[in-house]
Amino acid sequence: MSNYEPILLARIGKPESYKLEGYRADGGYEAFLKALKNSKPNEVVDTIKNSGLRGRGGAGFPTGLKWTFLPKDHPGPIYLCVNADESEPCTFNNRILMELDPHQVLEGVMLACYAIKSSRAYYYIRYEYGLSYRRLQAAIDELYAAGLLGQNIQGSGFNLDIYLHRGAGAYVCGEETGLIESLEGKRAWPRIKPPFPAIEGAFRKPTIVNNVETLACVTQIMRRGIDWFKSIGVAPDPKNPRDAGSYGPKLYCVSGHVNNPGCWELPLGVTSNELIRLAGGVWKGRKVKAVVPGGLSMGFLTANELEVPLDFNGPGKVGCLGLGTAAITVIDDQTSMIDVLHNTCQFYAHESCGQCTPCREGTGWMLKITDRLRKGQGRKEDLDILVEVADRIGIMPGSTICGLADGAGWPVKNAIRKFRQEFEDAIKTGRRSHLRPLAMAH
Amino acid sequence: MSILSNELREKIQAYIPRYPNKQAVTLPALHLVQDALRCVPNEAVREIAQMLDLAPSEVYDTMTFYGFFREDHNKLGKNRLWVCRSLACNLRGADDLLGHFCDKLHVAPGETTKDGKITLEFAECIGACEGAPCVLINDEHELNITNEKADQLIARLQKA
Ligand SMILES: Cc1cc2nc3c(=O)[nH]c(=O)nc-3n(C[C@H](O)[C@H](O)[C@H](O)COP(=O)(O)O)c2cc1C
Ligand code: SF4
Repeated sequence: MSNYEPILLARIGKPESYKLEGYRADGGYEAFLKALKNSKPNEVVDTIKNSGLRGRGGAGFPTGLKWTFLPKDHPGPIYLCVNADESEPCTFNNRILMELDPHQVLEGVMLACYAIKSSRAYYYIRYEYGLSYRRLQAAIDELYAAGLLGQNIQGSGFNLDIYLHRGAGAYVCGEETGLIESLEGKRAWPRIKPPFPAIEGAFRKPTIVNNVETLACVTQIMRRGIDWFKSIGVAPDPKNPRDAGSYGPKLYCVSGHVNNPGCWELPLGVTSNELIRLAGGVWKGRKVKAVVPGGLSMGFLTANELEVPLDFNGPGKVGCLGLGTAAITVIDDQTSMIDVLHNTCQFYAHESCGQCTPCREGTGWMLKITDRLRKGQGRKEDLDILVEVADRIGIMPGSTICGLADGAGWPVKNAIRKFRQEFEDAIKTGRRSHLRPLAMAH
Repeated sequence: MSILSNELREKIQAYIPRYPNKQAVTLPALHLVQDALRCVPNEAVREIAQMLDLAPSEVYDTMTFYGFFREDHNKLGKNRLWVCRSLACNLRGADDLLGHFCDKLHVAPGETTKDGKITLEFAECIGACEGAPCVLINDEHELNITNEKADQLIARLQKA
């Protein structure tokens, strides 16, 4: 895989890679103009469906299939919401695309809108991404000036407006119905489903929510074809009827205790070992204790699980929630897993929207208990209580409205199962972690 | 007298045609007001509500969901400095860095320096993990922050 040629990141590093002129010189918007001229919307949907593209936002749902859930012959409006909230800790691949190749993403937005017959896209971007916001706005302005957005684009009869909408610092706005509520000017409280957004979404109209990297993939599939896309990644396991395969390239961001953190484009299915090598190895000559395979909510891989393929099915086979955002965070062997878990719990307790009691109270409890463990005041029964709380707040029993609770519980269950000895030792000896009271304010 | 200047009102109005209803302009309006006034005073909530055909409580309800917006008893300083404390940064010393900023600025997270120049905050992941530990100044990232870089940043913001 070392000879893999990046496609999504191919233009990164070019001077002013974010400008329309350079993008068009590299063949940009040809796929869109071709689709507009030669293809019917449902043909674009079919192409994406047949490519096997699965959403890159965390859940891995087949993109083309999601598009077909829209009601047939709806009089409109139909909306596309671009999910650029990217607040899952350790994840920054969408930001790289938006800052350095915004037109590749926007072409995907335009193709998706054409496919789903939407004439308006709301691009929901987290407030913290100021540079992305400004680059995207400049790119959209360029498109209007070039007659590629607006009314009757290139005489095709297709109309499209794209509006950027800035968030205000809340993780739950990345959950698709939380995003929609926030867009509508309300608190970002996820909605009970069904109805799913494809039937009743933004402003109560049919809506598709897609991730930024998913849309960049749409651009490349429409440009290079299904065969190209399917030649990359991992084919379905014939013995597992629920395995839909993991086709295409993926942006893997690597952070934490490596020498050179960064973002790499590789085929789905690479291993943590390979990514750690690319990132220059573990810092300070240390060894790996654990790896977070895909954003904080996925749980942990141990040092013995670094050969697990990072495709949509790999991490799930070793007790992780899934691939998530494919953000790899490396934790070295000098780090306390209690500190790591406390940090994790702190995040979810801060970000729970508070709508469902199990999530609101559970995340608070988990934070309190891990805080106690860190202070050397852990009790023997604490580990079982933690696991019990984590087990009960997830969406599995259907007790909460959105996936945040499941994401909060998974790392807890996982860390205690895989690193139980370390937790027990700390409780027995009353060992305290490095404490800094200020930073613990929550 | 209105607390929102004509210029602000026009900017808010300009967002209305983008959405099928006026309520969707709530976040853009709150951002515009807070950028200009460094907080969203009660009077501004009332005026935004009036412009968007909403009850003030609806605007206030949305505003208070996002810890991002400040009321007038808790006004922001000239610049907002967010120190990320989530895992990628934490593994590379974010706790110490946040402590360093607190010591140097003589404030706790959430507070503003006496001269009104800098509001210090902790952030959950700001999405620049390749440059951990990192900070956000208003909405721009600064990567790989050491204590020395932190001191330079403070000096820059105090002059600004
Ligand atoms: C708490 C929570 C946060 C999420 N945050 C994001 C996010 O920041 N970006 C994203 O694309 N998807 C996020 N998702 C997943 C979205 O709900 C949704 O599945 C995704 O945007 C669909 O796009 P895709 O099919 O292109 O992946 C989040 C989900 C949950 C439960
Ligand atoms: S699970 Fe948590 S974040 Fe999701 S809706 Fe319920 S309380 Fe809110």
